[in-house]
Amino acid sequence: MTLRLLLTMAFAMAAMAAKDTCVECHTALGGELQAPVTAFAGDVHKRAGFSCADCHGGDRNSDDYEVSMSKGRGYLGKISRTDVPKLCARCHSDAALIHKFKPQQRVDQLAQYVTSVHGKRLAAGDTAVANCVDCHSVHDIRDVKDPLAPVYPTRVVETCTRCHADAAHMAKYKLPTNQRDEYRASVHWEALSKRKDLSAPTCASCHGNHGAAPPQVASVAAVCGTCHALQQDLYNNSPHKPAFDAMGVAGCVACHSNHAVHAPSEALLAGDKALCSQCHDADSAGGKTAAEMHTQLQSLADSLTRSNDIVARARRAGMEVSEAAMRLADGQERLVKARVAVHNFRTAAVAAPVKEGLAIAAETHRAGQDALAERDFRRVGLGVSLAAIFLTMAGLWLAIRSVEAKPPGSQTAGSDQP
Amino acid sequence: MTNGRRSLIRWLLGGGIFSSIASFLYPVTRFIMPPNVPEAAVNEVVAGKVQMLQPNAAAIVKFGNKPVLLIRASETEWKALTAVCTHLNCTVQYKDDTHQIWCACHNGFYDLGGKVLSGPPPKPLEEFVVRIRGDEVVITRGA
Amino acid sequence: MATPAPGWFDERLGLSSIRKFVAHKTVPSHSGTMWYYFGGITLFLFVIQVVTGVLLLLYYRPTTSEAFESVQFIMTRVKFGWLIRSVHSWSANLMILAAFVHMFSVVFLHAYRRPREMAWFSGIGLLALAMAFGFSGYLLPWNTISYFATKVGTDMAASVPMIGPYMARFLRGGEDVGGATLTRFFGFHVAVLPGITTLLLLMHLGLVQRFGISSPPKLEGKRIAQMPFFPNFFLRELMAWYAALALLGVLAAIFPWELGEKADPFASAPAGIRPEWYFLAPFYTLKLIPSHIWVLEGELVGFAGFALLAAFWATLPLWATDRDGMLRARRVTGAGILLLAYYSTFSILGYWR
Repeated sequence: MTLRLLLTMAFAMAAMAAKDTCVECHTALGGELQAPVTAFAGDVHKRAGFSCADCHGGDRNSDDYEVSMSKGRGYLGKISRTDVPKLCARCHSDAALIHKFKPQQRVDQLAQYVTSVHGKRLAAGDTAVANCVDCHSVHDIRDVKDPLAPVYPTRVVETCTRCHADAAHMAKYKLPTNQRDEYRASVHWEALSKRKDLSAPTCASCHGNHGAAPPQVASVAAVCGTCHALQQDLYNNSPHKPAFDAMGVAGCVACHSNHAVHAPSEALLAGDKALCSQCHDADSAGGKTAAEMHTQLQSLADSLTRSNDIVARARRAGMEVSEAAMRLADGQERLVKARVAVHNFRTAAVAAPVKEGLAIAAETHRAGQDALAERDFRRVGLGVSLAAIFLTMAGLWLAIRSVEAKPPGSQTAGSDQP
Repeated sequence: MTNGRRSLIRWLLGGGIFSSIASFLYPVTRFIMPPNVPEAAVNEVVAGKVQMLQPNAAAIVKFGNKPVLLIRASETEWKALTAVCTHLNCTVQYKDDTHQIWCACHNGFYDLGGKVLSGPPPKPLEEFVVRIRGDEVVITRGA
Repeated sequence: MATPAPGWFDERLGLSSIRKFVAHKTVPSHSGTMWYYFGGITLFLFVIQVVTGVLLLLYYRPTTSEAFESVQFIMTRVKFGWLIRSVHSWSANLMILAAFVHMFSVVFLHAYRRPREMAWFSGIGLLALAMAFGFSGYLLPWNTISYFATKVGTDMAASVPMIGPYMARFLRGGEDVGGATLTRFFGFHVAVLPGITTLLLLMHLGLVQRFGISSPPKLEGKRIAQMPFFPNFFLRELMAWYAALALLGVLAAIFPWELGEKADPFASAPAGIRPEWYFLAPFYTLKLIPSHIWVLEGELVGFAGFALLAAFWATLPLWATDRDGMLRARRVTGAGILLLAYYSTFSILGYWR
């Protein structure tokens, strides 16, 4: 209560006096002592009216640094790493205060942080773990929606792996450091970096941010299922669910890996890169199911490729095939559906969309063939018409020759030109 | 100038002009005859009869060559929205248990006005206007 | 009832006088005779435009919600619709090209001289009308490229000082390019412009018949061979028409005119918005002019320049001769070469940039 009063008063006074001796002196100091002031220029707190003393304590109105930075005026100096979370939470856990600036802002960051692996270790005295400022930066804290913020979706990976890809740092925790490289080979990173799809998952999407912890085996399907809901549903009703649960294997990860989630393909079902065959013999029921699903998907994918090719060829020839192209998109969707249906691990689930897709592929292939036939018809028609035109031109040429070969009479005599 | 040459010229010219004009007139006459396919009215589509959908049910209908999700939210309340998810162009569906529009691909949710409720979709779905004319459901493009 | 004997029509239509006129009509025969065909080729392509345009009218609908779809319908559903539309588009471009060739041949053969000044003026008018046909027709399929090209074009008109904003409003039928613009452009394209063009064309052709075909001044005083118009020149012209037809057929069948995407007024302008090729030179010039020249606005200077250039060119017969009526042939030829060089290089530059 007093704190709030104090802060509000300090804020009001700062606004009135607009005097800030911390900034004034440190700007003049240069070097390391100036750096925090320079960085603070872009800080979200500065825009909200906060300044150095709001975190570091002291008196910003005194020109005498012995006074302004004295214990008596509440000067804290450099904040120790163990104290950072509590210091931030002084405001960020205070709903009434935070909501003056951001009505929708959550105030449970500290509560989450103490449940995280980082928070637990910090509580145990390990200062090498991440606290607030390691991810949000110290004096240059930006809104999460600010593309320059280290916690902006496109930069999260870099931020987390500053520590997690550092072998020396991770050695004492016995954690692997290949997550960044693995993730950067994944479809999720491709979506984020190439398609600029900010909804694509980064580290925090699966591990949480303030409450960061590795998802446990039992919750992996739920984590993936936040976005891949249909797959989760199908998997939960599939024969693999009880089997994997009994083995203590995380369902999704068993086939798709965790950080290096590659674009799945039919090749996972059968062939030399197949995953199914690692557990299922080719002549077992599971092996046969995998082979059958593979055949179905492959046949649809191949048919759609063929239809795509012929329609594209017709388009290049200048034929209007927008309707066939539209239908092909439908066909592609059936293929996606069929691929998703694999997660039920029963052939019947895959067969239905494959059948629909094959019908579309056949229909669009016919449309492509018709368009190419139409192109040939046009060429033939052009040929016939050109033949008639050239025949006429030949006739005209001969007629001109015969007219002009006539003895002069119609022409003016004394022509000096041929 | 022999007669043979003269007749050759006449034959060439006559035949050429006749056949070339025929080759111009043929497409023109074919063009003039209207095609059997009636022109798709693209401004307005009769999606079907009112009875085609029970309350709290939906169907995908064609609007030109775009898919549209037609929803009968209640006895009298109809909605039509483009059926293409704004995230990665999957076809969305109506969830009758939550009265929302759902994209199965990455679990995106929209409300019945097309607004994004949760999930990856970056933009709302385009809404169409639905009118009931007699017992026909008519979809038109919004203003 | 009178018997329709050969003389019957003759008496009523005056065929024999036409026949007599045609029989006596001659065309100068010299090394530049080939340039005489281009006027006829332009006329022929105009006739093709009228015929295919009327055919397209059978299916086209000039509203924002149906224009694109109806052209798509013509291209996909109507038998030979692709051909009719492609021919209309290609023939439009070939017609303007032929008109340019015709104009420059008139300049270099100095055919604008007394008493043919009015033929030149009407010809310049016809060229302007052809460009107006092109500009208005470009929008009619209501696709993205044409929509934004029209936007840019009318924006340019809007930046003309004083009358600009009124001109733009008149062209667009409102503040922005939209349904009202389409309605207007359609009206211009199928009613207003054809009407004016027909009148001006009749005048142009009438003047050519009245004064005959001019022969170049360097052959003046010499005896110039004359070729009978019928059948000699007529057969050659017919051959040129057939050659144009063959070219048109090949272009339309092998390179069907594209339809593109339906215009979306709320979408951002796609990259590479370009007007039709015959507007490229002024378009590119205006892009090059800096925004401020001395104290004047760059665009303003550009427009003033174009207005002056157009006026200068249109009045060519008036300054082509000195006070004594002597032809300043070298000056005119030089001006013609300069304009041709400017127009072609800037068109090419505008195309590549």
